[in-house]
Amino acid sequence: MLHEPISETGTDRSIPKKTRLGIFMFLFYMVVYAGFVFIGMMFPRAMGAEVIGGQNLAAVYGFGLILLAVLMGLIYNFLCTRYEDRMNAGGAE
Amino acid sequence: MIYQVSFTAIVIFGIFVLSVLGLSYFFARKAKSASGYYAAGGQIHWLVNGIAFAGDYLSAASFLGICGMIAFFGYDGFLYSIGYLAGWVVALFLVAEPLKRMGKYTFADALDAKFNSRSIKLTAAISTLVVSIFYLIPQMVGAGALVTPLLGLPHWLGVVIVGSVVIFIVATAGMTSTTYVQFIKGALLIVFSFALVVMVLNKGINLSPSKEYHRFVTLEASLSAGRVQGVAHPDYRVLGQHREGELTFVKLERNGVTSWWKLAAAGAKPILEEALSIVSLEDGTVLYNGEPKENRKFYQVGHVNKIVVDGKEVAATGPLGPFAFLNRIKNSEITRFTSKAFSFGSENVRLFYQNVTPGREVIKPGLYYKLDKGATIWSRLDFLSLMLALFLGTSALPHILIRYYTVPSQRAARKSTIVAISAIGLFYILTLFMGTGAMINGGLDVQNSNMSAPLLAKTFGLTLFSIISAIAFATILGTVSGLIVAASGAVAHDLMDKFLKIEMSEKGKVKAGRIAAVAVGIVAIILGIIFEKQNVNFLVGLAFAIAASANLPAILMLLFWKKTTSRGISWAISVGVLSSLGIILFSPTLYEIYGLSPAQAPIPLQNPGIISIPLGFITLVVASLLTGKRAAEKA
Repeated sequence: MLHEPISETGTDRSIPKKTRLGIFMFLFYMVVYAGFVFIGMMFPRAMGAEVIGGQNLAAVYGFGLILLAVLMGLIYNFLCTRYEDRMNAGGAE
Repeated sequence: MIYQVSFTAIVIFGIFVLSVLGLSYFFARKAKSASGYYAAGGQIHWLVNGIAFAGDYLSAASFLGICGMIAFFGYDGFLYSIGYLAGWVVALFLVAEPLKRMGKYTFADALDAKFNSRSIKLTAAISTLVVSIFYLIPQMVGAGALVTPLLGLPHWLGVVIVGSVVIFIVATAGMTSTTYVQFIKGALLIVFSFALVVMVLNKGINLSPSKEYHRFVTLEASLSAGRVQGVAHPDYRVLGQHREGELTFVKLERNGVTSWWKLAAAGAKPILEEALSIVSLEDGTVLYNGEPKENRKFYQVGHVNKIVVDGKEVAATGPLGPFAFLNRIKNSEITRFTSKAFSFGSENVRLFYQNVTPGREVIKPGLYYKLDKGATIWSRLDFLSLMLALFLGTSALPHILIRYYTVPSQRAARKSTIVAISAIGLFYILTLFMGTGAMINGGLDVQNSNMSAPLLAKTFGLTLFSIISAIAFATILGTVSGLIVAASGAVAHDLMDKFLKIEMSEKGKVKAGRIAAVAVGIVAIILGIIFEKQNVNFLVGLAFAIAASANLPAILMLLFWKKTTSRGISWAISVGVLSSLGIILFSPTLYEIYGLSPAQAPIPLQNPGIISIPLGFITLVVASLLTGKRAAEKA
């Protein structure tokens, strides 16, 4: 038995473009996440500083990271779907 | 804590378990082929798969462990929520679609798609087994922790029940029933967690969490030469005192019942604050707050010491919105309970004394991870190590990766990942409110940090407690099922079929998978009993570190570095598994389990990621460059 995928995926011409987008979005999120870890590790008191609406930096940054992941996921899906529809028209996935 | 068995809880729990078993029986007929058993035929709808992803991922660690850690240590528990969710970004942007394109049933298939190498099959299968078993331990520990209060059974029996039910689910119907169990459980978990948070916010913050909540007493004490001579209450008699560092604990007696108190100061006056105590006497008798277990005097705790609204102290806030709730917590003082153990004459004493903590310390990191006061280079590195492992671990967990093979296309894989991120993100936001809710509403069992979410539900009534406990139990069933499918796939598909090349028919492959599922389940049961006392969240952090060290370098470099060789992959997996396991085995936590002093541990890190993850990447690069060069020379 070979190691073929269980279901056919067909030819997808948008793969290089989706890969580049994925790497870019991953790097962007990683930088934001690294900022959170760096502040927590090196400047823990700053996490207690009030920033917006009486909320401290820890709460705002923490919730922000979760919401950013969801938002970026939606944007990524929107763009990938558009690439697939445009580039695979006539011989799609 | 001492729990009382509830008939309602047993009935609701029974309905849940029977429903899950019925579902497995129903889907068993679809699991006759290898693709049906390991990958649900690759035909699951992306929306169902997305919620099933959430059901798979939101394990005992997320529900019981994170809520418990937040309830005991505030924001430090929420760090896990942030890290676990951030890990999905790596899965979505880098791993989901390529893995879907390359794989068939298991993570080893994907890694081996390019090389057809036996060493990759072997090392990837071993890595899958190690990660799955490390992930299984906390699920089993969580199961035992839940069943104790719910059914009044001992921890080991809870573990055996979960193990048996899951073995039945997986052995009968494989990935199809696992998917639907995870889908139902994921949806229920999010809906009821949301309901619980709404109730917490609607209740607001009160100085007295409920009518039944124990009222902690303080007594004025008279001191002479640093020793407590008497208290301002005629019924109490001083029996002795014990100094532990800067803290002084005093033993009192009233009407034949002994109790322990912490010496504190209110202004210039010395006072005694009531503590919870578990005392083991020389003859083996154990007293809970000075009385036998059956008297039920060891209660659930957690309350607010002072509430400040707009600069004024109040007794209750009334209903609050989510941001106002966090704000009020930040401006309040919260009574946490800190543990201290010592010997007093022939008695072994374990105390849980009141530790009033400013709310602003609760809503920021530092109560568990020492990052500010008392921080060392190792404590900071431990924090970094954890956050790195959580970020990089998700996309390397074999039981998560196999879910990409249950959907029909790359697009479906991507969409289901986004559904998962949204559902999981919502749940993780809720954890902060459930954890702090338990912290201030008497939702703490000081002996077991894993019980905070169900105990919070209990403060709103026994029915909700029963439902939440049953959902938590289903949570464990769902995750354990996924893990056992992954582990049995590693044994039957990767090792027996691919590595050892044992000739098997389609039916034979399914049968091998079922036998492997039973074997892995038994191992998980045994380990779940051994690790009873550990926080489940901490244990899952270790599984993430092993996955990130062993699997992620192989996955990412295979996808993004053309010079990657099969030797590089198998070496990286081996070094990742061995180095992360080695660091864990010599860590302070494991030293404690061995019965040794944690201070003697040669590696003072709790989480190995900071060392073992880079080591995995370096090994892959060096081994690939060396073996690639040799191959080029031979050519």
